[in-house]
Amino acid sequence: MSIKDKVGSARSLWMDADGPDADIVVSSRVRVARNLTAIPFPHLLDLEKSREVTAKIRKAIENTEASELIGNLELTELGELTPLERQLLVDKHLISPDLLNDFQAKAVAIRQDEAVSVMVNEEDHLRIQCLLSGLQLKEAWEIVNKVDDGLEKTLDYAFSEKLGYLTSCPTNVGTGMRASVMLHLTGLKITNQIGGVFHAIGKLGLTVRGLYGEGTEAASDLFQISNQITLGQSEEELVNNLTSITRQILTQERASRKSLYIDRREFIEDRVYRAYGILKNARILTLEEAMRLFSDLRLGIGLKIILGIHDKLLNVLMVEASPAFLMKMAGRELSSHQMDVYRADLIRNEFEKAEK
Amino acid sequence: MQCERCNERPATVHLTEITNGQKQETHLCEVCAKEIQLQGFGLLPQMNLHNFLAGLLNYEFNGSKFGQQEAGVKACAKCGVAESQFVKKGLLGCGDCYPCFEEKLQPLLRRIHGNTRHTGKVPERTGGNARLLKEIENMKRKLTEAVSREEFELAAELRDTVRQLEKRLEEGGEA
Repeated sequence: MSIKDKVGSARSLWMDADGPDADIVVSSRVRVARNLTAIPFPHLLDLEKSREVTAKIRKAIENTEASELIGNLELTELGELTPLERQLLVDKHLISPDLLNDFQAKAVAIRQDEAVSVMVNEEDHLRIQCLLSGLQLKEAWEIVNKVDDGLEKTLDYAFSEKLGYLTSCPTNVGTGMRASVMLHLTGLKITNQIGGVFHAIGKLGLTVRGLYGEGTEAASDLFQISNQITLGQSEEELVNNLTSITRQILTQERASRKSLYIDRREFIEDRVYRAYGILKNARILTLEEAMRLFSDLRLGIGLKIILGIHDKLLNVLMVEASPAFLMKMAGRELSSHQMDVYRADLIRNEFEKAEK
Repeated sequence: MQCERCNERPATVHLTEITNGQKQETHLCEVCAKEIQLQGFGLLPQMNLHNFLAGLLNYEFNGSKFGQQEAGVKACAKCGVAESQFVKKGLLGCGDCYPCFEEKLQPLLRRIHGNTRHTGKVPERTGGNARLLKEIENMKRKLTEAVSREEFELAAELRDTVRQLEKRLEEGGEA
């Protein structure tokens, strides 16, 4: 299946919601930055030189001797895709928004199950990432590590004994690794504890970012936590550190959900059932409203108030509700009002199907 | 209010951006906002990181606040990226920029990472002596541990391993 076919479907492996603690940890991601030695970093390359880098990486990916480590990756230049298809790859979290700028010079290789993607000529020559469901940072790192080993069989990396892997931006030098988890923290948000948690996280060398929202207010209550430091700690240490902090946040989130459900049962049930009711019946839904309702419904699924709907459906709908995906499905440009109508139809249909 | 981009439709999307304390407002219609978004609107946070880093660099490289004076003229011998370019964009030009700007990068790296030495993965082929050095360091640590536990037989074995590894390093390393 080619990348063009892949973007037609919203589903990726990370959305299956079958990983450990996937009710709260939506996904785990590990990515490493690598550069080829003796070639300037991507921002200094013209189109021709960028394509030479892509060709080198293509060769390394297709190297049959390393295929056991790398797996079956298919490389596509972003110029071969339509703007809509490129945006869909961003919405599915397979590429970063950065890869869309100056896209002619860039490429991406994606594994069949979409758990592994390799971005070419982003800020660095190579960005190898693995995205898995639930809390699986260690597993994601092991997969990235293998793919990296496979590529290094034929590619000469820019590496210094002292500073480690050399990157365009000094904030990535060393391991070149950024590990992150996407967490659904409704309980902590409703109970007004989230500020305190984030304050503590900031002191531990980690950063927090709200997803699908304006600024810090994330309508979806989804937050991404990642390591800030890449130099002076090993990959295992970074992964272990983030994993143990995530576990602590998980414990607090579960505790706050439990106390909410005991102390304010009607309030929580009302909130969940309202969200479910609107999602099943609305005729117009903005992206922000949909995200907020998904969040409430996700809480209801986690607390077993709502049965018969799986987190997986919400993960897929979160991607399908995006403007690019709706237009892809509609097969035409949509005005923002048409989009809200189309989104409501899609969500209603999916829930009807799920309830059958 | 009219959209600033097309001057046709009413502006319904209002974007406020604050960079280094400078507030900038942009008013767009939905159509233009969407187009801009498809062109990489989502890139803004990343760009802000670079701006932020550039601010730090400016301070580090010039020893004065926010680039009051022109940054140095020194350039990387390999890729030609000048200090001033690096300071402006926050991106280095190639792997050789690191040794080239080492002196000035050191305090910056310490500030970002709290550290200036890599202790993680070493690539198999292109790692140079790093793999060997790491192995020696590892063995020495085990040796100290063994001595402190008074496991002298193990310690002796480890000492021999360290010697062997150091000999290999003297002979020109793994390559």
